[in-house]
Amino acid sequence: MKKGKVVGLEGSFAVAEAVRMANADVIAAYPITPQTHIVERLSELVADGELDAEFICVESEHTAMSACVGASAAGARVFTCTAGQGLELMHEVLYIPSSMRLPVVAVIANRALSAPLTVWCDHSDVMAIRDIGWIQMFAENNQQAFDLTLCAYRIAEDNEVLFPTMVHLDGFYLSHVIEDMVLPDEEDVTGFIPEYKYPFTLDPDKPVSMGCYGPPFIYPETKRAQEVAFENTRPKILGTWKEFGDTFGRYYSPVEKYKMEDAKIALLTMGSCSETAMLAIDEMREEGKDVGLIRLRLWRPFPFKEFRDAVKDIELLVVLDRCISFGMGGPVCSEVKSALYDKRERPNIVGFIGGLGGRDIPIEGFKSLIQRALEKVKAIERGEEIETEMIGIRE
Amino acid sequence: MEKEEEELFVPRLVTTEENFARGHRACIGCGEALAVRHVCKALGKNVIIVTATGCIEIISSLLPQTSWRVPWIHTLFENVAAVVSGIESAYKARVRKGKIPDKEVKFVGFAGDGATSDIGLQALSGAMERGHNFLYCCFDNEAYMNTGIQRSSSTPYGAWTTTAPVGKKSIGQATWKKNMPEIAVAHKIPYVATACPSYPFDLMDKVKKGAEIEGPAYIHIFSPCPTGWRYPTNLTIEMGRLAVEAGVFPLYEVINGEYRLSFDFPELKPVREYMKEQRRFRHLTDDIIEKIQARVEEEYFRLREKAGVK
Repeated sequence: MKKGKVVGLEGSFAVAEAVRMANADVIAAYPITPQTHIVERLSELVADGELDAEFICVESEHTAMSACVGASAAGARVFTCTAGQGLELMHEVLYIPSSMRLPVVAVIANRALSAPLTVWCDHSDVMAIRDIGWIQMFAENNQQAFDLTLCAYRIAEDNEVLFPTMVHLDGFYLSHVIEDMVLPDEEDVTGFIPEYKYPFTLDPDKPVSMGCYGPPFIYPETKRAQEVAFENTRPKILGTWKEFGDTFGRYYSPVEKYKMEDAKIALLTMGSCSETAMLAIDEMREEGKDVGLIRLRLWRPFPFKEFRDAVKDIELLVVLDRCISFGMGGPVCSEVKSALYDKRERPNIVGFIGGLGGRDIPIEGFKSLIQRALEKVKAIERGEEIETEMIGIRE
Repeated sequence: MEKEEEELFVPRLVTTEENFARGHRACIGCGEALAVRHVCKALGKNVIIVTATGCIEIISSLLPQTSWRVPWIHTLFENVAAVVSGIESAYKARVRKGKIPDKEVKFVGFAGDGATSDIGLQALSGAMERGHNFLYCCFDNEAYMNTGIQRSSSTPYGAWTTTAPVGKKSIGQATWKKNMPEIAVAHKIPYVATACPSYPFDLMDKVKKGAEIEGPAYIHIFSPCPTGWRYPTNLTIEMGRLAVEAGVFPLYEVINGEYRLSFDFPELKPVREYMKEQRRFRHLTDDIIEKIQARVEEEYFRLREKAGVK
């Protein structure tokens, strides 16, 4: 097992350190709170010669992603990062690397969307880009932000994958918080991430045409091929996480379980609030309640099998969404319900919306949320219709 | 020149190598496809070309065929300069890190007038300001031709388009053409030029200069469009010549801020002569044509002064 050293690092610096150790060739980014510390740190690393990369200080996020697309097509290992509005401005371009199979790596410091203007965290930015065809994963702490960024390169650039990969870390909660974490030795990271060789580089010695025009006689076949290839990334993601665990001692899985062994009630969360949720589970366990926690690590491709396995023995699943789909409830809850619909045996599912725009959810919040869910199950059993409830709102 | 003489002399002046292959789907008489062909002859093989969504992209890259014999990429409409920025930076980094040998590859962006002066202006401005080593060619056919002749900011005053239609309360395009080359000049880049496929040697000369120069280069290429301008398809070369001779589209270079006229016409042909065969102008009354004439003369002679022509 490779050891490394324990350091105190801000989440943003942890990401920058991963990009430095991965020896990225091109970074294109535009500053936006709360992602700024990542680009500032990377700028410093390049300015000090500690990372030999071209840092393209672009004029918008649209250009940031476009430059990454170009650089990736030209054979470079690339990186970009953004948040909230920046991710929305990038939206159009996000479909390009996934359709053209360019292994761009991006880190998102999750941020709520305007209006009203906010810079604080929720998952509205992520949920608006669910269908872009990127591999997407969530970090809950700075160690994971570092580890998953390294894994993102290894996964994305695998010649049997070649899909862009995105790591989500909650803005401010992780991006601006210093935590203890293990920083592996650089040579061990170099051993884990092989030199990047894109098989179809733009090269005058071997001309290729990329991004051609697809009328109805061929477009659906291109999309089918993309979906088949995307589905085939699942074993590669699992394999990379296994190898990462064997090398560095920290194992990741698509659906992470906490105190789920004999649980009848499960709470489902994503991102940094999962750690608070764990404390709530600990307290409720001490109170003798059969509760556990499920965290979605892998968001796309959606981990159907692992998720169904995780909930197969429970009676109630409580889903917390840090996003609202207006007129529809919580997007994660909708997806979870659809993932279980064709199972004959499935738990009751109750969804809540909370933590919007950086509103904290304390331990008590999670405990009362589970209590409210139990009341709602009774209402369901009485045949009443229930609505998605927003928690922590001042009346 | 007799045909035999042509076959003897022309290959000595211009390469017969075609890197933009024939068989593409451009309209008959397309000035833009002709311009692209000339530009590709001048660029040669050692190049990576990025193209915006638009006529050139759709006529050249219908899956599973391609007209491009050089490495070529298209992604979106408004991001050509951004994609070029990424490719150029990737090349620089990979050469510096010893991953590839330096073969002095040229990086070139192709875009229409809409993709340049409207939706892609920000990305282009950013790339010019950052000083990437690239050549940007704007093929200006003065409207969104690919989507069906809608006006752009590069459409000339008084022209009919489908979104600047002629009506009881409209003369067609009610605004003056945006001066894109001057916007490029304002970025203080080392090379800006205008060109037209009616003057192929001048065009190819400028493309070679723009590609060789270190830093950003911008060439604005006037590309007559029979489909959108409503003139007979055999008059494309003539339309380009008349535009230049009437002063509507002067050919010039700005090298490190120094203006130089490529062709000077102390006596301009009347704009009416340029407009005559184009049905996009046929509704214009004498007073509007006079207004256009005055504006063309004023701008032409101001340009002449900048170029130091007495």
